[in-house]
Amino acid sequence: MSRPPGPRWAEALLPPLVALAIALVVGDLLILTFGQSPRIVWGVLLEGTWGNAYGMGQVLYKATTLTCTGLAVAVALRAGLFNIAAESQLAAGGFGAAMAGLALPAGAPAILAVPFCLGAAMTAGAIVGAVPGGLKAKAGANEVIVTICLNFLVLALLNWAVAEHLHVPDSLHTATIRAGGLPRLADVHAAFRGSAGNATVLVAVAAIVATWWGLFRTPGGYALRAVGLSPAAAEYGGVSLGRTWFRALVWSGALAGLGGVNYVLGYKRYYEEGFGFGAGFLGIAVALVGRNHPVGVGIAALLFATLSQGGLAVNALVPKQMMDVLQAVVILAVVASVPEVRRLVAQAVPRRP
Amino acid sequence: MAGIAKRYGAVAANVEASLEVGRGEIHAICGENGAGKSTLMKILSGGARPDAGTVVVNGRDVTGWGTAEAIAAGVGMVHQHFQLVPTLTVAENLVLGREPTARGRLVLAPALAEIAALCERTGLVIDPVRRVGDLTVGEAQRVEILKALFRGARTLILDEPTAVLSPPEVTDLWRVLRRLRDDGGTIVLITHKLDEVLAAASRVTVMRAGRTVGRLATAGATPADIARAMVGRDVALAARDAGADALATAPPRLVVRDLAVADAAGRRVVDGVSLTVRPGEIVGIAGVEGNGQTELVEAIAGLARVRGGQVTFDGADVTAWPVARRTAAGLAHIPEDRHARGLVLDWSVADNLVLGQQHRFTRAGRLDVRGIAAHAAAQVAAFDIRPGDTSLPARALSGGNQQKVVVARELGGGRDVRVLLAAQPTRGVDVGAIEAIHARLRAARDAGAAVLLVSADLGELLALSTRVLVMYAGRLVHEVEGRVATPEGLGPHMTGAAA
Repeated sequence: MSRPPGPRWAEALLPPLVALAIALVVGDLLILTFGQSPRIVWGVLLEGTWGNAYGMGQVLYKATTLTCTGLAVAVALRAGLFNIAAESQLAAGGFGAAMAGLALPAGAPAILAVPFCLGAAMTAGAIVGAVPGGLKAKAGANEVIVTICLNFLVLALLNWAVAEHLHVPDSLHTATIRAGGLPRLADVHAAFRGSAGNATVLVAVAAIVATWWGLFRTPGGYALRAVGLSPAAAEYGGVSLGRTWFRALVWSGALAGLGGVNYVLGYKRYYEEGFGFGAGFLGIAVALVGRNHPVGVGIAALLFATLSQGGLAVNALVPKQMMDVLQAVVILAVVASVPEVRRLVAQAVPRRP
Repeated sequence: MAGIAKRYGAVAANVEASLEVGRGEIHAICGENGAGKSTLMKILSGGARPDAGTVVVNGRDVTGWGTAEAIAAGVGMVHQHFQLVPTLTVAENLVLGREPTARGRLVLAPALAEIAALCERTGLVIDPVRRVGDLTVGEAQRVEILKALFRGARTLILDEPTAVLSPPEVTDLWRVLRRLRDDGGTIVLITHKLDEVLAAASRVTVMRAGRTVGRLATAGATPADIARAMVGRDVALAARDAGADALATAPPRLVVRDLAVADAAGRRVVDGVSLTVRPGEIVGIAGVEGNGQTELVEAIAGLARVRGGQVTFDGADVTAWPVARRTAAGLAHIPEDRHARGLVLDWSVADNLVLGQQHRFTRAGRLDVRGIAAHAAAQVAAFDIRPGDTSLPARALSGGNQQKVVVARELGGGRDVRVLLAAQPTRGVDVGAIEAIHARLRAARDAGAAVLLVSADLGELLALSTRVLVMYAGRLVHEVEGRVATPEGLGPHMTGAAA
């Protein structure tokens, strides 16, 4: 067998770049069908996202949540598991952060309050992750089915708790937290005023670094990746499959839970029903496009956030749903261009007589 | 076939390869792993196109033909891994792809008669209404050969046909192949086993590094002659070396008592096995595959759930220990299936070289990346793993080199190996690598390890073992000193005939 052509980073980056190019071409065609000029629409899109501080703040805000849920899905996939519950873990994390922030006395020093609230968010997400993890390890329950069911259960439970006990009258959100809030970008520079961007973006960057370190530089990460690629070989190497599955899903849940901080501690300072807007599910696409690599997940999150925010910017020219179509095109193109699929194609071609 | 060249990417699989086989001849092709045998056969059977050279069959230039044309011209391939549908019957498998129908319904009756006649003529006796999934490996192989013949093959290519057969089955296969030859058929035999070349073939083509390096008549040739041509130097062929018996009085290091293992269906595949292995001793387990050897080894390694009985290392009861604890206690295990168990194929050679020992390469909670790289470089040099690039995925290595990675991990790097389980340690491995692996097993033995060797290759068992045990239907049915064991003596026990 021959070596893959080119250096490894090229091998890793090529599929997403090709996918992006395909998405751009499809985007051109879609824009033309609406009778608009692609050049102008793309220009407005860039101007509305990276062209000004407000847009940039919005993109960073959206990318922060997507990074956390994307990392969550990627960690589980590295262990060979599909975590569909990032959506409810995200909500649970936000809920946990809000409860922690409400429990603290007003004026608690940030140096204690922020880590406390972050820890609460991760713990809440991890608890939701521990359910499919424990069931998989002890009873061999399929984690896909468990996590899908868990989404309904957890979201309904949180909604009930908020609607019945914790909401501010005439709203579906909790009271504002007393401590543990993170600074908004607008607090740093006035140009960001109005955008949701906040310091959680630094938490997301730290999560990328920590996840990379955990996966590729610790014995636990080594075991986790072995289980994902070859359970039989991992078992032979003395790795307990059940324990590794459990740990992977707990870790995954904690990362998704961390994403809830972005809205609760960084943006609104309260927990509100349905604040995730599907960011947990989009995390699956982010992990896929990011090729399950923490850095790739960060880049993919920025791409999806740009498309999502850009959709709002170009809404006057073309429907913003067009950007949803482009997201789907990116996902399909990446899936079709990953090496596993290309290897099959390469094998099939010379076989034809 | 003349002047054949074929490249896969940067790798030249065939360079100036040639092959000439006469009608009515059994012709063997020998060569190390990666010597280009399989590529050459793929080109002959239409599975690949050559980049250069010509292929002539029966005087017709057929260069670059496809599989369908090759079958139509009577060239059939019997693959090493059977390509049969286990849920269908023998007859249904044979007609697959050209099912005889009448008014849209499958009509097997004429085919059954045809198959019966074919069985009669070739001596490949098999009941055509049995389900393939119920057949033994030897019987399934007969079906594979029948399938090729049923499609009209006059030239048969067999890829390592004896790798999974017991000695009587091998004898049977040679009888069938000779009969086919006497009927005017042509047989090309790919094999690693030199005694088979001499027993079955009239001429042998030797390949090395993609080239044809020799063509010998087997009459008058010795295994050493062929091995020299294959490797390009003199090779120490498995000579009997049962080791010193000075340690025979030492207390046993590995003790298995009344061990029972059940499969998923609840059958006792290991049924009350007891054995002991002393330090400095190699105990060989002979048997036809599927008689519980796999499960026995997995149970001792901690990978199979034990139904009853006990396993002890140096007197410590390890029956309930997890794999990692057994490894820490000095267990090394060369697993039977290097693809599924022994390696993470998508990982680099370096990462694979620490599988199971990752905790040895952890400093303050983090993987010692430099230590892993240095370890890999040292092992690649010590075990002559090729190519020597430790960042290549294990998948990219040839079978022999993959096996060397497994052996290097288990036996290299200054590990204190107390108990070594070696299951099919040289399966699908070329002569040069076999020599190296045998030397490592002997070295582990001489260093005081208790070695349990399971092998389908009787020659290997007899060459290495201090004692040979025979396993049949989940039980140990026979024990003999390695010095006095012979294939003829073991054969009846392996098939249960002596019981």
